[in-house]
Amino acid sequence: MTDVRKYLREWAMPHVLCPGCAHGIVLKSFLEAVDQLQLDQDKVAMVAGIGCSSRLAGYADLCTMHGTHGRAPAFATGLKLARPDLDVVVVSGDGDGLAIGGNHLIHAARRNIDITVLLLNNSIYGMTGGQVAPTTPQGAIASTSPGGNSEASFDPCRLLTGAGASFVARVLAATPIEMTKTIVEAMSHPGFAFIEIVGDCPEYFGRYNKAGGGAEMLNFIARQGESVAVPLTSKRFVNHVPAPEPRPGLRTGVLNREIRPVYSGVRGAVSDEA
Amino acid sequence: MAETRLIQGNEACALGAIAAGCRFFGGYPITPSSGIAEQMVRLLPGVGGVFIQMEDEIASLAAVIGASLGGSKAMTATSGPGFSLMQEHIGFAAMAEVPCVIVNVMRGGPSTGLPTSPSQGDVMQARWGTHGDHPAVVLAPSSVGEVHELTVRAFNLAERFRTPVILTYDEVVGHTRESVILPDRVDVVDRPRPDEDPGSFLPKRVTPDGVPPMAAFGDGYRFHVTGLAHDERGFPTQDNAVAGALLTRLHNKIDDHLDEVADVEEYMLDDADVVLFAYGIVGRSAHEAVRRARDRGVRAGLFRPRTLWPFPSGRLAEVTAGVDRVIVAEMNLGQMISEVAGAAAATTEVVGHLRADGKPITPSELLETVLAQGGDRP
Ligand code: SF4
Repeated sequence: MTDVRKYLREWAMPHVLCPGCAHGIVLKSFLEAVDQLQLDQDKVAMVAGIGCSSRLAGYADLCTMHGTHGRAPAFATGLKLARPDLDVVVVSGDGDGLAIGGNHLIHAARRNIDITVLLLNNSIYGMTGGQVAPTTPQGAIASTSPGGNSEASFDPCRLLTGAGASFVARVLAATPIEMTKTIVEAMSHPGFAFIEIVGDCPEYFGRYNKAGGGAEMLNFIARQGESVAVPLTSKRFVNHVPAPEPRPGLRTGVLNREIRPVYSGVRGAVSDEA
Repeated sequence: MAETRLIQGNEACALGAIAAGCRFFGGYPITPSSGIAEQMVRLLPGVGGVFIQMEDEIASLAAVIGASLGGSKAMTATSGPGFSLMQEHIGFAAMAEVPCVIVNVMRGGPSTGLPTSPSQGDVMQARWGTHGDHPAVVLAPSSVGEVHELTVRAFNLAERFRTPVILTYDEVVGHTRESVILPDRVDVVDRPRPDEDPGSFLPKRVTPDGVPPMAAFGDGYRFHVTGLAHDERGFPTQDNAVAGALLTRLHNKIDDHLDEVADVEEYMLDDADVVLFAYGIVGRSAHEAVRRARDRGVRAGLFRPRTLWPFPSGRLAEVTAGVDRVIVAEMNLGQMISEVAGAAAATTEVVGHLRADGKPITPSELLETVLAQGGDRP
């Protein structure tokens, strides 16, 4: 384990996140990956949208941007095209990335822009107070689904695979070492890399669904995880949540990996090849 | 050698952008502005720039802002409905102080409206379209040559003041082909850069002229950019005094330098009894109407702001002192007229010549109005 404090803006602490929130684990794993890759801090950009997850960018001592709700992949696209020398990482949440920003995310994936997207999925809107998200399981309680969510939810990894993301992985916030390893692979991948990081929101999802605090929730999520490498049996879907639909196959690991041309905009001397 | 070319307004815009140093364009197809994108995709690769067609106008301006943070001069272009979608990021660029140029080739609205007919219905949206208090710099060329000139100026003002600048003209200016003489070289302004060492860099440092030096991502300065109210470190704050001071500075950095921003064409105003206030394409009809009115012995004059916002209230008050009537001619149902009424001398009557049916205002119809309003005082 590295001491990641050199990658943190300690002057910006204390942070805004709740006790037990997995987002802090993600920041640490990401900074570990930056360290393992021996990246120059001046050359790493972290582009965020709006939401609890997006606040992580402010604490990383990198080139950081906290943009508008859902638009981080579009900001990141412009930045990466203008500055191919930068490693550009998007940090987003499930509401940010899949609801208001879904269009930007799928088009960045389709183009195979050379950026990495960390989508922190906690199945709810945290910052605005626990509203239902496109990833909230059916049956789960949120402030705008008090009787249990009746909408179907997205499987982010299938969505992004369909959109053409050339690297797609799912990791659990409960397994930070695995997460770091996956982020290293994603950032080393030429092209668009997407990682869904399944975490918790004890403050809202946990409270509304009587799923316990941070530790209980992460344990619960860990038991749902079925690694594509080593399948677990029978332990999925322990029913802490009042009658939710089981989340089919919370498979973890690298789910899609292909090499295809990276898009870097219309550039170069010949313009009509576009 | 200055070059004479027969080109459309949208082409002049693209050429002006390249001359000003624009090296990134992100856009989305929409009539009547698409010609700008179609030129930029051909011009940018030859000068080491990058073009991308984004998935919508929200993303287009986001990509432009991202590129500008990376150090590129960047532009997008749109019309009507697309301009509505861009409002979110015009506010972001104003708050985060990211230089960029947004071109809005106006068409009839609201909604999908009249896609291939001219209008000046977006001039208030250009000022107030995004939420919250924010400064606005909006330029309005009236001819193909002026599109070129004011596109360069839009980039220079954006860089000088670290602010989004909107260049707006209507469909007629965008599509008309005119013979223009393009200058060989233009004066180019670059954003202020920090000279302190990265360790002591404050991305939103309050400087005497109100414009903080701007580093690019990747150039050795690490900093945070946010649309939240923030302090000199660029970090979000809930401190009311700091948030208030930020908004005040964002306004003052423009308002304290109005001499650099203001730009008005004044024609035959010295002895005028009746003044036409017009901008964009209508300014040309108004110019001709004034000339014809003078031929008939009517003392008419023209006040044509080439910078629409900040509104030239002070100058308008000066030139309308002693003027009987101001006729505001615009292709909408009355937008700038309220600004004119607010600025003109109390004894000056302000009337409108308004048209919002997708047809340009002609010199002849303006002449009729001038003769009706001012013809009794030869
Ligand atoms: S509201 Fe939820 S997601 Fe947001 S910081 Fe708190 S626990 Fe984390």
